[in-house]
Formats: sequence, structure tokens, C-alpha cells
Amino acid sequence: MQSEAEAPIAGPRETEAAGVEVIDAEVSYGAVRALAGVTLRAAPGEIVAVAGPSGCGKSTLLELVCGLVEPDAGRVRAGAAALMPQRDALLPWLSALDNAGLALRVAGFSRAAARAAAHEHFAAFGLEGFERARPAALSGGMRQRVAFLRTLLAGRPVLCLDEPFGALDALTRLQMQRWLERALAREPRTVLLVTHDVEEAVLLADRVVLLSPRPGRVVETLEVALARPRARDDQAVVELRERALEVLGAP
Amino acid sequence: MTAALALLLLVAGWEALVRLGGVDPLILPAPTQVLEALWEDRSLLAPDLWTTTYEVLLGLAAAVAAGVALAVAMHLSTPLRRALRPLVIGSQAVPVPVIAPLVILVLGFGLAPKVLLVALVCFFPIAINLYDGLRAADPDARRLLRSLQASRWQALRLVEAPAALPAAFTGLKVAAAVAVIGAVFAEWAGAESGLGHALLTANGQLETARAFAATLLLFLLAIALYGACALLERRVVDWTPRSGPGGT
Repeated sequence: MQSEAEAPIAGPRETEAAGVEVIDAEVSYGAVRALAGVTLRAAPGEIVAVAGPSGCGKSTLLELVCGLVEPDAGRVRAGAAALMPQRDALLPWLSALDNAGLALRVAGFSRAAARAAAHEHFAAFGLEGFERARPAALSGGMRQRVAFLRTLLAGRPVLCLDEPFGALDALTRLQMQRWLERALAREPRTVLLVTHDVEEAVLLADRVVLLSPRPGRVVETLEVALARPRARDDQAVVELRERALEVLGAP
Repeated sequence: MTAALALLLLVAGWEALVRLGGVDPLILPAPTQVLEALWEDRSLLAPDLWTTTYEVLLGLAAAVAAGVALAVAMHLSTPLRRALRPLVIGSQAVPVPVIAPLVILVLGFGLAPKVLLVALVCFFPIAINLYDGLRAADPDARRLLRSLQASRWQALRLVEAPAALPAAFTGLKVAAAVAVIGAVFAEWAGAESGLGHALLTANGQLETARAFAATLLLFLLAIALYGACALLERRVVDWTPRSGPGGT
């Protein structure tokens, strides 16, 4: 751990092949402290969920890992990370295919090459037949799948998913959780999954990091050493969920 | 449908006022008299309509070029924004009838001063709306592009410019509607043809009906320009949901 004196104002961002290591990170926006010393690790291929109340700095943590903000103190070491913002951030004027291939366009691919690369995954993502549809014509679940495909196609070892299913109805949400689990089994990545839903965290993650209200700090880390796929009514899942809610202060 | 009905009522009321109220047609001609003048003087007015249309189209094109360049420059560079914004806003306080003779004096009686004055009237709504539109792009989409290490140019091209298109078209439609004002003032300050010029000579000859006929053509020109821009908008901005069918 670094002492206060050694830590530069804008902490250095070191790259790590595929894992994520955030050590004692502090971030403030003006007078507002978003994160007050958060430590979190994800080994390559691990899925780590970050759960906590609204406004506890969960999104800031992802921005830190993606290199969009620098820590005021502490250290961040992370492999190249792709962000899936909270609302899907699909561009309304692009087709589903062009939205999915956006990262490739930014990386310098031609439109045709980006479309071809994105199209290879459309069947597996249940999007076949909707290549030319605009986001407004897609269901909530489909929009999330396009956004997730866009995130995957960025080709980065680390995925930062910010409330990926927060805007979905309960049933679609459950289906999408199952779907994400299978998709990650096919394409293993290091995943930071921010959610306010502790059940989602326990169902999907290898480890659940629970944050306090703002300024966010880690109050407890739960290891979820359960086989997949996990069932919502599995006794171990229920116990972990209740434990997490208790830690977060649910009555 | 409602628009046609409202227009019909207005015209009928006007006609009745002149015919039954005994208004001197030198002061206010009846709509039928205006149409009569339009038909009789068609060979006189047609070249004027063509001249003004040409001036307005060139002026609008110049305004689009200048407006887009200014908006993008102000969007990309803070020093440029600080330097240009007061000038851009101040340009709208310039009274066109006052500077029109000066512009004519410098640039002569040809096409150039007309195009310049139309552009002066039109570039502001285009520049300001586009500038606001560029800033209004979804913050999440911007963050996404930054996380992908997109260049400033890529962010502009892939996210900000398309996001600004609806606002830009709003500016263009406003510009199209007011463009004829610039052309008329420019022609008043000195011209050999054009609808503004026709207005001036008709007034001088007490041909009130012909003056109204020229005004009617200006009115139709503005509507046609606006309609053309709205049509273009529908073709280009085809992703925003529109409320209900019809409406026009």
C-alpha cells in the first residue's frame, strides 16, 4: 500500500494483462466524495459484482477502471476495459448491426468490415432478422443484447457492465441474466458487474463487493463459491442474498 | 385542412371588407384584384420571382456553409467560442435596412450584396441551433466513445454530428422562412430586378394590386423554401418517432 505522500494527485494507471486491481482508490467531484478508499480485485476471467445503494459511487468505480477518471488517491491497475453504460447508449440513427459494430468503426474498420464482424454473432445473440432495425424498434432485452455485443466486440479483456438489466421488467431481467451467464461461458472475460440487485449479483458473480452509501467504501466482500447455473431458490443463494441485504442495512 | 379553412376565411373576410366596405383599392386591393394583377403582370413578375429565388437560394447556401463552420468551430474550441459568440449574437442586432445601402455601395448592384445580406439574416438560426445540437449529444454515448479511445474527430462524426441534425434542421427551417426578408431589403437598397424591386416600383406607380401580387409571391416563396427544408429533414432525420399521422 502506498503512503499518502508517495501517491501522486492523479494516480498512475498501470495496465494489467486481463485482471483488475483497484487499491484504496479515492475519487471526488469537487466537494462531493464519490469513493472513499475502495479496494477491489478481479483475477483474469473472474466475474465480480459490485452492489450497493443508489449514489454509492458504483458507476464512478467503473469509470475508474475504464480510465475515464483518474483516482485522487490510490492506485488502479486494469487490463484494457470496455464499458457498457447504464442506459444502453445505442445510437438511435444507427441500425442494430451498426450499433453492435461501433467499437470496430472507432478502431478503424470500414463500415462493411464492422458489419460483417458484428453479423457473425447476431444469430447467437438472438438478433437475427433485426440487423437493419433501429434501436427504437427493438425490445428492451434486444437493446441490451446489442449493447452487450458492442461491448464484447471492443475486443478488450475486461468488461465493465453498469446496471446492464436495470431498465428491464422482472421477467426479461431473469431471462437476460441466464443469457449473460451463457454468453460469458462462451466468451470468458474479466467482468465487473455493477448492480443494485443483490440477487443478480449472487446469481452471476464469483464474488460480490458490497459498497456503503456515498462516499462509497467496501463494507464486505462475499465469496460465491457455487456451481453454475444457480437457481434463485437454491438455499445457498438465498442465504447469500439475505446476508448481502443485511450488510447493506435492509430491515 | 384547418390551415386551408383558416386561409379561406381570412381571404373571404378581406374580399368582403374591400367590396362591401368601400375601401379604396389603391390602399387595399381585394384578393381577386391581387390575383388579377398577378395574372396580367405575370411576364413582368416572373423574372423578378426567378431573380429573388436565385438570390435566396445562394444566400441560404452561403448561410449553411458559414453557419456550420461557425457552429463546429465554436463547439470544438473554447477560445474560438469565447471570441465568436458575442460577434455571432451581435450580428443579429445589425439592422439590415441600414447596412444594406452600405453593402450595395461596396459590392455594387450585382448578385453579391444580395447573397451576403440573405446569408447575414440566415446564418444565425443555423449556427445557434447546430451549436446547441452538437452539445446536446447523449452523455452516455460520449462516455462510451471516450472509453473506446475515439478521437475528437470520431466523436464529432459518429455521435455529435448525427445527434445535432434535428436541431440543425430546425435552424435551417427558420432560416428558410426569413431568408426572403434579407433579399427584399437588399433589393430595396439597389437592384434592377427581383420581387423587392418590383414592390418598390409598383408602389411608386401606385400599382397597389401589383405590389400585393409581388408580396404574395414572396409569401409563397418562403412557404415553398420551408416546405423543401421540411421534406429534406424527413428524408435525412428518419430515426425520430413522429407523433401521429398527418398534422400538416
